[in-house]
Amino acid sequence: MWSEFFTVSVLVATLASGIRLATPFLFAALGEAIGQRSGVLNLGVEGVMLIGAFAAYFTKLKTDSSLLAVGVALGAGAIMGLIYAFMTVVMHAEQGISGIGVFLFGLGFTDLLFQKQVGTPQGVPKLGKVNIPLLSDIPWIGEIFFQHNLLVYLAFLLVPLAWFLINKTTFGLNIRAVGETPEAADTLGVSVNRIRLQTILIGNSMAGLAGASLALEVAIFQQNLTSGQGFIAIALVYFGAWRPGGVMAGALLFGVVSATVLRLKTLGIVEGASSSLLAMAPAILTIIVLVIVSRRIAAPAALSRHFDRAS
Amino acid sequence: MTTTEIPPDDSGVPPESPTPDTKNIGGAVAFAYVKPLAGLIVPLCAVAAALAVGAIMLLALGANPLRGYAALFDGAFGGRDALADTAIKAMPLLLVGVGICIAFRAGVINIGGEGQIIAGAIASTTLALLIPSTPRIILVPLVLMAGGLGGAVWGAIPGALKAYGGVSEILSTIMMNIVAAQFLSFLLQDLLIEEGAIKIQQTEKLDPNSHLPLLPGGTRLHLGVVIAILVAVLGYLLLFRSALGMRLRAVGHNPNASRYAGMEVKRSIVQALAFSGACAGVAGAILVFGSESHRLIGEGGASAFTQSAGFNGIVAALFGALHPISTIPASFFFGGLLTGGIQLQRELEVPAALIVALNGVVVIFVVSSLKLRGRINRWIERNDQARDHAAASISATTTPAADGDS
Amino acid sequence: MRNSTTSKVIAAAATLGLVAAACGSDAEDALDDATDAVEDAADDVGDAADDAVDDVGEAADEVTDDDGAVQIGIIAPSASNDLAFTQSIVDSVGRVGAERDIDVSVTDGTFVVEDAAAAMRGYAEDGVDLIIAHGSQYGGPLEEIAADFPDVTFAWGTAVDTFGLPNVFAYTTRADEGGYVNGVMAAQLSDAGNIGVVGPIEVGDAKLYVDGFTAGVAAADSSVEVNVNYIESFSDVALAAEAATAFVENGADVLTGTAQMVVGATGVAVDQSIPWFGTQSDQTPLGENIVVASQEYHWEVVLNDILDAMSSGSAGGEVYTLTFENGGLEMIFNDGFELPDDVKAAADEAIAGLTDGSITTGIE
Repeated sequence: MWSEFFTVSVLVATLASGIRLATPFLFAALGEAIGQRSGVLNLGVEGVMLIGAFAAYFTKLKTDSSLLAVGVALGAGAIMGLIYAFMTVVMHAEQGISGIGVFLFGLGFTDLLFQKQVGTPQGVPKLGKVNIPLLSDIPWIGEIFFQHNLLVYLAFLLVPLAWFLINKTTFGLNIRAVGETPEAADTLGVSVNRIRLQTILIGNSMAGLAGASLALEVAIFQQNLTSGQGFIAIALVYFGAWRPGGVMAGALLFGVVSATVLRLKTLGIVEGASSSLLAMAPAILTIIVLVIVSRRIAAPAALSRHFDRAS
Repeated sequence: MTTTEIPPDDSGVPPESPTPDTKNIGGAVAFAYVKPLAGLIVPLCAVAAALAVGAIMLLALGANPLRGYAALFDGAFGGRDALADTAIKAMPLLLVGVGICIAFRAGVINIGGEGQIIAGAIASTTLALLIPSTPRIILVPLVLMAGGLGGAVWGAIPGALKAYGGVSEILSTIMMNIVAAQFLSFLLQDLLIEEGAIKIQQTEKLDPNSHLPLLPGGTRLHLGVVIAILVAVLGYLLLFRSALGMRLRAVGHNPNASRYAGMEVKRSIVQALAFSGACAGVAGAILVFGSESHRLIGEGGASAFTQSAGFNGIVAALFGALHPISTIPASFFFGGLLTGGIQLQRELEVPAALIVALNGVVVIFVVSSLKLRGRINRWIERNDQARDHAAASISATTTPAADGDS
Repeated sequence: MRNSTTSKVIAAAATLGLVAAACGSDAEDALDDATDAVEDAADDVGDAADDAVDDVGEAADEVTDDDGAVQIGIIAPSASNDLAFTQSIVDSVGRVGAERDIDVSVTDGTFVVEDAAAAMRGYAEDGVDLIIAHGSQYGGPLEEIAADFPDVTFAWGTAVDTFGLPNVFAYTTRADEGGYVNGVMAAQLSDAGNIGVVGPIEVGDAKLYVDGFTAGVAAADSSVEVNVNYIESFSDVALAAEAATAFVENGADVLTGTAQMVVGATGVAVDQSIPWFGTQSDQTPLGENIVVASQEYHWEVVLNDILDAMSSGSAGGEVYTLTFENGGLEMIFNDGFELPDDVKAAADEAIAGLTDGSITTGIE
């Protein structure tokens, strides 16, 4: 039985699956990491992902254009970002709870829109795979890394881009300053609120993009499509110690373990009630790996603290 | 370490007590009445604004908002049965909320309410299944304690991981939620499932000795609501009237200073999450033993049992300004929203999704408005100060200023 | 801080009121006073709206009193248009309504069991004639509530237990029969001899369908491999899609599945041009080119029996089952899919056999 799993073709397919499953986590977690680096905690990622997912699905349904679908999802995420920025930066809403409101709103609103605007579930064409020429022909490696849809490639491309943004640009410097010592940044002339507005917009847009990648991959929408993935993405930010590379590692870990669990059930190696126990594996392994690796990198000092220029 | 901003110290401006000039009656009135009223009016306006957005949504659905909100109010507060239902709905929110108060004040964010509720439910149900013939007066407290213990364990694990493993509690509580939900699914298909022709993910009907007694009054109100209020009071005593609570709050306010002062920060973190989890665990037990069905039913997913109280409790706690006692009316209010929503859905035949979205909008508006209170108060204070200084300088040159009441 | 003191005072007062109200029989008067005060306030606020509602209600009452329409309340766990479990009952009630005089109210999306309990009580207190609790999870509260309302008829599905109560009907479906027919066809359509089944949790009618399907495949061609994956969720569409993808990567060239989340799997089938067998509702809209056949639930067979029983004075105690024989199950073939004649013939043979009892699925 287990020997069926440990064959090359199955392992390769599982790894490829893992990369595909990791994509929504990666988009959302990268965005949240940028936001948290500037001191903003957004617990509403799940709601924004759902809104982005529905926006992408509905646009694809009506226009049959994946590009437009992604664009609308980005826009929807940005709008939610504006709302969250208003709540957080202007109104100083408590960041732990305001996100839950966004989550509830996104959950209910997308379900409502789906029931009223679409009704009976209709599939949309799946986002097609784009094989990278030459690289996708490499035996095994090609199938694992280079035979995915464009959004998967984009997600992983964003990792070095995010790293560059945070560590090598002035904007990134400001983000980190605002996240560690906003008072000092303020005296140096950095507009704390404007930086945070920008990171919130980026973060929420990427959460919308994450939802789009999910919806266009499963090619349909349903109530609570994300099923907790937004919260997992938030957790992965902590796993990755707010570093893009770490976040990617976490997304891959979670994705590959989930894919493995699924493959074991497909092959019938684990079945029945015990498959529920197996389904715990990604969550438990994430904790264990983090304990073992245990980098004591501190959170951004100003995370979830409001900045108020005392007059 | 990740910390959250701890209310209600929301102004950062040291509270002053300016003396209202008796010559300035308007200012005195404003000072005496608007400030405390702002505490209530601002959130009320926020709720009204949220309901206005909801009205737009209802109109878009072709429903009558007036009829809808009448149904909402009627379902929440219209009669003894409705009030009882609201109280029952509020009960897990209150318990989880009190736990959140303890955790937040100790500087830990507990998003693991869902998992802790499940852990408490499993622990208490297992106990009841093992010793069914125990007299009621012993069994009921026992299952409640078992629930608290189960939740405490489920909270202590992330606490220990944070304190001794450096693992963020946000990560570990989210992961523990997943583990708990899957564990419940496993148990309800295997060890705890009721024997039957068609398999349903539920336990057998639990022994009547374990049912929470109904309160007199002819409604479905049961002891669980009293327990919840009791836990809220205990939570208050723990946080604000005990040495342990003082340590927890000190750790939450400034962990470094606490460490230098010799307080056991690591142990406090574990304790905070354990207490928090225990509260949620008791909610889990009450959800089972106060339920209509007298079973643990997990068919349809974990949230079919928990009613998302693990998340809604966070809302209740922050509506209550992270104070266990004020979480009581806050959870009652939110419970009313949820209960009334069921009636709204039934009467207007709108999708249940509308209620979820509406609650989200209410949370967004209210939580955005909470800090507004502080700003209004500061604005009033500043204006009063300016007025008083102006009046004082005038009266200093004319008549001796009369001392007003402060 | 003054704010917290104020809110503490208010909260303390509210608490005292609440505690006083909640404690013991001696405080029943306090409770009455409190609720009376609240009720008065509620009346004042809702007067205009209440009047409007009453007017509409009176008009409706007049209509029903004249026509004797049966008042039905339905409670279901997912959306009314989910092309699966809930839609099947809503569609069936619609078909019943075309022939009988009924007044239907639907409370859908009620996956929280305690909320369903509240909805049941609400309908019962409103005085509906028949409450349809369409969900296995509703049995627990239904057992208690039905006992409290002996004048209301309750119907519980999918289930076989009436709790010995005189006002409870139960209804279920032999989903394994249609599963068997699907399996017979699937075995012959699978060139690779590898079929994937995506299920929710191994309970209820989902389990019956999957077991029947597996039996049908085995009966037609025992060499065909059937892999079943219960994804442990009724709603996780993404997981269902992944499960289907994993099956396809494993070599499956025919897919089937059941429950609301199956729309994720059908998307994979459409994308890979893999034949799909459906159940619960006609799933042709999910894949015009690849859906072979669906087992459609015709709950109206059961509902008509229940309504007949009610009008003849019986209020419960019976268990009704959908089968091919009583027309409760129907195989809907998708004309858009080119089904080889011999496969169709085998399917018809299986249907006929199950209908007259010469074939059994072997599932209890």
